[in-house]
Amino acid sequence: MDLILSSISQGLLWSILAMGVYLTYRILDVADLTVEGSFPLGAAVASAMIVADIPAWKATLMAFVAGSLAGLVTGFLHAKLKIPALLAGIVTMTGLYSINLRILGQANLTLLNSETLVDKIQAFGVDKTTAVLIMGSIAILIVIILLHLFFNTEIGVAIRATGDNLEMSEANGINVNLTKILGFMIGNGLIALSGALLAQNNGYADVNMGIGAIVIGLASVIIGETFFSNLTFAKRLITLVIGSIIYRLLILAALETQINPQDLKLISAVFLAIALALPTARNQWNYKRMKRRNKEGELNNDRSIKN
Amino acid sequence: MTEVLKIEHLHKTFEAGTLNENHVLKGINLNVEKDDFISIIGGNGAGKSTFLNSVAGSFPIDYGRIILENKDITELPANKRAKYISRVFQDTKMGTASRLTIEENLSVAMRRGQKRGLSRGIKEKDRIFFKNELKKLQLGLEDRLKMEVGLLSGGQRQALTLLMATLVTPKLLLLDEHTAALDPKTSQMVTELTDQLVLEKKIPTLMITHNMQHAIDQGNRLIMLHDGNIVVDIKEEEKRNLTVMELIDLFQMKSGSNLVDDSLILG
Repeated sequence: MDLILSSISQGLLWSILAMGVYLTYRILDVADLTVEGSFPLGAAVASAMIVADIPAWKATLMAFVAGSLAGLVTGFLHAKLKIPALLAGIVTMTGLYSINLRILGQANLTLLNSETLVDKIQAFGVDKTTAVLIMGSIAILIVIILLHLFFNTEIGVAIRATGDNLEMSEANGINVNLTKILGFMIGNGLIALSGALLAQNNGYADVNMGIGAIVIGLASVIIGETFFSNLTFAKRLITLVIGSIIYRLLILAALETQINPQDLKLISAVFLAIALALPTARNQWNYKRMKRRNKEGELNNDRSIKN
Repeated sequence: MTEVLKIEHLHKTFEAGTLNENHVLKGINLNVEKDDFISIIGGNGAGKSTFLNSVAGSFPIDYGRIILENKDITELPANKRAKYISRVFQDTKMGTASRLTIEENLSVAMRRGQKRGLSRGIKEKDRIFFKNELKKLQLGLEDRLKMEVGLLSGGQRQALTLLMATLVTPKLLLLDEHTAALDPKTSQMVTELTDQLVLEKKIPTLMITHNMQHAIDQGNRLIMLHDGNIVVDIKEEEKRNLTVMELIDLFQMKSGSNLVDDSLILG
C-alpha cells in the first residue's frame, strides 16, 4: 500500500512534465526533445538555490523561469531560424547538459542538509508520502487553473489555433512565430517545474535524470488519451494526471515482478512504441476486415449470378 | 470612384536560376475600385493562384508594387497584411482550426489585425454577436457554439470560413476557388452566401473561379489571366450581357488554344 501511495505521489509530480510535453506535442504539434535538458535544468536550478539557502518555493518558481528560457531558445531556433523542431530540441538539450553541470557544480547534488518543500510540509507532522501528495496536489491545482485560464485568453486561443492550423492562424493575423515560441516556453517551464519538484522528492538532483523523460511524458499523454478521448482542454489536463499515475503504477508492477531495474527504460520504450503504433494498427486491421468483407461480397455476387 | 487596391508591374518567378525556372506572373497591372467584385478566370498555370497569393503576401514578389488604400504593402508579411486582407481557400479544412470550437474560431477571426492580450478570448457579449452572425448562415450553427469545427461538414466549414473572413470587414477579400471542393448544392449555398456578405458589407473582392457561369453571374467585373498577364477585363453592362459560349470563344481567342477543359464549362 505504501508503495502504491508513493507511486501515486510521484505520478502527481510527473504529471506536470506530461502537461509540458502535451503542450508541445499536441497543442503545437511538434515533438520537443528539449525536455531531456529542461527537466534536469529545473532540478539543477531549484537544488542549487535551495542549497544556497534560498527559500524552496522561490527556488521552485525560478526553475519554471529557467525552463521557459530553455524553451525560448528552442522556440527561437525553430520559429525564427527555421530549424526543424526535432533538431532544435536536440541542439538545446545538448547545450543544456553542460549548463546543468555548471549549475550543479558536479554530477549530483544532494538536498539532505537543506530544507525542501517536502521538508516544509513534513514539519506540519505528516509523513513523507503524504507531504509529497500534498505538494503535488497543490502544484497540479495551481498549474491546471492557470493553464485553463491562460489558454482561454486571446493569446492562449491564438497559440492553440497555431498548432491546429498554421495557414488559418496566419490568415487571421496571428504572429505564429511568437505563439510558437510562447508554447515552447510554457511547455518547458512546466517540465522544469516538474524536475524541481521531483528533485525535492528524491532529495537530490542528478545531471542525468533527464534521460528518458520524453518517453515518460509521451507515455503519460498517450495513456491519458487512450482511456479518455475527445475532451476539453482542462479535462484533458486532468487525464494527464491520471495517465502519469497509471504509468507509475505500471512501472511499480514491473518492478514487483522482479524485473531488473536496468531493463525499465527498455520496457518503457517498447510500451511507448506499442502505444504510438496502436492507431495505425487499428486502421490497418479495419481496412483488412473491410477488404475481406468486400471479397466475400464479390463471391456471393458471383454465386448469385451463376445461380 | 475610389481606388482600393493598385497593383503595378507584378512579377513572380519560382525556382529562379534552376532548370525548373517558372516565370508565372509577367508584369500584372490592376486597379481595384471600392465597389469592385472581380471574378478571375484562366486556364491551368495561368497564374491565378500565384496572383492571389502575391496579394495576400504568402511569398515575397520579385518585382512590382502592391498598394492598398494608398499604403504600400509590398514588403508586409502575410500575418500583418491579414489586418486588411482576408481570404478563403479551396480546401475547406484550411480556413478553420478543426480542434477549436466554433466560437473559438470566430474569436480568432474577431481579433484579426489587432493585438491579442490576456483578456478572456470569448466574452458573453461576443457570444451574442457570434450567434447573430451565425444565424445569417441558416445552418443552425448558432446553437452549436461549443462544437468542435472538425465535426462539421465541408460546406458548413466553408460557410463558417466565409463568415470569419468577413466578421471584421476587411479592406479586401480574396476567394481562391472557394466553392470548387463542394457538391453542387452546397456550392450554390456558399455562392449565395458570398454574394450576400460581400454586398451587405461592401467588400472589394477578388474571386478565382473555374465555373464560367459563376464568373459571369457573380460580381461586376471579370478578368481573364493567361500566361501571367491579364488578357481580358470586362465590366458592368458588358459583363452582364456575356454568355458562357461567348466567354469560351473569348478565352480561345485570347489564349490561342482550342483546348477548353470541360470542367471550365461545367465545373
